[in-house]
Amino acid sequence: MTLLETRGLSKHFAGLQAVAGVDLAVTEGEVRALIGPNGAGKTTLVGMICGRIAPSGGSVRFDGRDITALPAHRRIRRGMAYTFQITSVFARLPVAENVALAARRHRRGADVDLAVHAALDRVGLGAHIDREAGDLSYGHQRLLELAMALAQEPRLLILDEPTQGLSEAEIAAFKALVRELAGTTTILLIEHNMSVVMETADRVTVLDLGTVLAEGTPREIHGNAAVQAAYLGTGADA
Amino acid sequence: MSDGRKVLLLHGGLLAGLFALHFVLPAYHHGNLARIMVLASYAVGYNVLFGYTGLLSLGHALFFAAGMYGMALPLHHLGLPAGWALLTGLGAGAGLAALLALLALRTTGVAFLIVTLMFAQAGHLTILYFGEVTRGDEGFVIDAAQRVLWGIDLSAPDARYLAALALFAASLLACLALVRAPFGKTLIAVRENEERVRMLGYDTHLHKWGAMVISGALSAAAGAAYGLLFGYAGATFGSVQYSILPLLWVLLGGAGTVIGPFIGTLFMFYLIDLSSDLTTAYMLVAGVALIALTLFAPQGLAGEVRRRLWRWLP
Ligand SMILES: Nc1ncnc2c1ncn2[C@@H]1O[C@H](COP(=O)(O)OP(=O)(O)OP(=O)(O)O)[C@@H](O)[C@H]1O
Ligand SMILES: [Mg+2]
Repeated sequence: MTLLETRGLSKHFAGLQAVAGVDLAVTEGEVRALIGPNGAGKTTLVGMICGRIAPSGGSVRFDGRDITALPAHRRIRRGMAYTFQITSVFARLPVAENVALAARRHRRGADVDLAVHAALDRVGLGAHIDREAGDLSYGHQRLLELAMALAQEPRLLILDEPTQGLSEAEIAAFKALVRELAGTTTILLIEHNMSVVMETADRVTVLDLGTVLAEGTPREIHGNAAVQAAYLGTGADA
Repeated sequence: MSDGRKVLLLHGGLLAGLFALHFVLPAYHHGNLARIMVLASYAVGYNVLFGYTGLLSLGHALFFAAGMYGMALPLHHLGLPAGWALLTGLGAGAGLAALLALLALRTTGVAFLIVTLMFAQAGHLTILYFGEVTRGDEGFVIDAAQRVLWGIDLSAPDARYLAALALFAASLLACLALVRAPFGKTLIAVRENEERVRMLGYDTHLHKWGAMVISGALSAAAGAAYGLLFGYAGATFGSVQYSILPLLWVLLGGAGTVIGPFIGTLFMFYLIDLSSDLTTAYMLVAGVALIALTLFAPQGLAGEVRRRLWRWLP
């Protein structure tokens, strides 16, 4: 079943065509990687999917319904979670409260604490629960974003470069986490790290200059000449 | 001791202390403290919007005055009993806040400040315009005979003090309950990072609207009580001065702390009171003290205590 579908989704910023007529269909339970060079329009595309950015044209369907007109918070309530490319946590609030805010949308009382602990343990931040979020290292703040997304128990998880700033060990743990979630949670993953893409994604969509350049399995994409030219050639094994 | 117990002990202790002071304070300070408690209730209301939600309003005199006139006009002109008059005052302030919020929350930052200021100015001018019923700047005195609630004569100092304490206790506990409830915690998050709250699936606009209604209702309750306890309603209470005062009290005491508004109001009241004994340039003394505080305790008195000692302070 198709969980997410965009038709002709477009966005221009004062003359600049950031996203141009993107058709995308993501099946329930799939891990879909979205790759492309800097400025390809990846963040803008997912921004239009989750409602942060108003599209210039096109439509978005989620779970069989047209959500193009819905404000962001209503889309999130339907089962999307979004992590920001530029870390956006509540820096002056404790780590626990950051996650609790996410959990409280559909839980109350002691249930919230359980969900907070579970989410933090899952990303390996259990030991930092009482610290202020702003005191965490950059990489740990990225993991906190991930915990906030997990605590929402989303059907569609949109991750914008989650491994940026993580250590090798943390990246390995992240890959394991994505594989664990795969099958139950649909994941749309923007990622520059090709090893993460190759090892976790079911399918890969390549965006370049705001349009879909190619789509296929990780193996197909890796062998695609056009993709090599546009993207992989410039740091394939980064 | 758990943080929750410390919080109860501190705020319960403050209320118990204020009750004890009722029996020992000399008349002059007894009267002052009654006034401070009502004004501090106003500051508590202001703090809900400014300190916890992060919205800087310069129009709260509108809600304070709406409470005051919403109470005093029907009492004075129509002979409405005091209890009902308090409710009409509260309703007037909360209703105005609900309406104004619909318009003002379309803006943010400086624009929000200006929109609230403009509406409050319009409210002030309205009071002056209808001078025949409001008596404008001169105001009107509320007969002692009408200041009776459930058979208690609120014009008597003892009853007045205890009524002021009851109002303050209700405001303080309401604020405490709010910031410990999910709704209040979401407001704090809105203050910290509104975009993130929205992307966690919360309707931040609705939350800010709710904060403004609660803030307006608390401010109006204080305004209505002020008129009833001190027997006077006047247009000054709708002027910009009364929008700036709660901001100063909250900044001094500690924005985003439950106890801060009281500390700030108390501090400023006595600062002006004492310095006006010493010199005619008392505003200068007050000004210097304020500058010193912003330099050395930029988060306000209670805010500084939280930063240095009691991290659990709500
Ligand atoms: N708010 C904006 N106003 C104007 N231009 C924008 C805005 N947001 C993005 N752009 C432009 O749109 C294009 C696509 O940006 P986008 O952030 O979607 O790219 P991206 O694929 O996520 O890049 P990266 O890999 O660097 O994150 C870029 O040229 C960018 O400069
Ligand atoms: Mg991006």
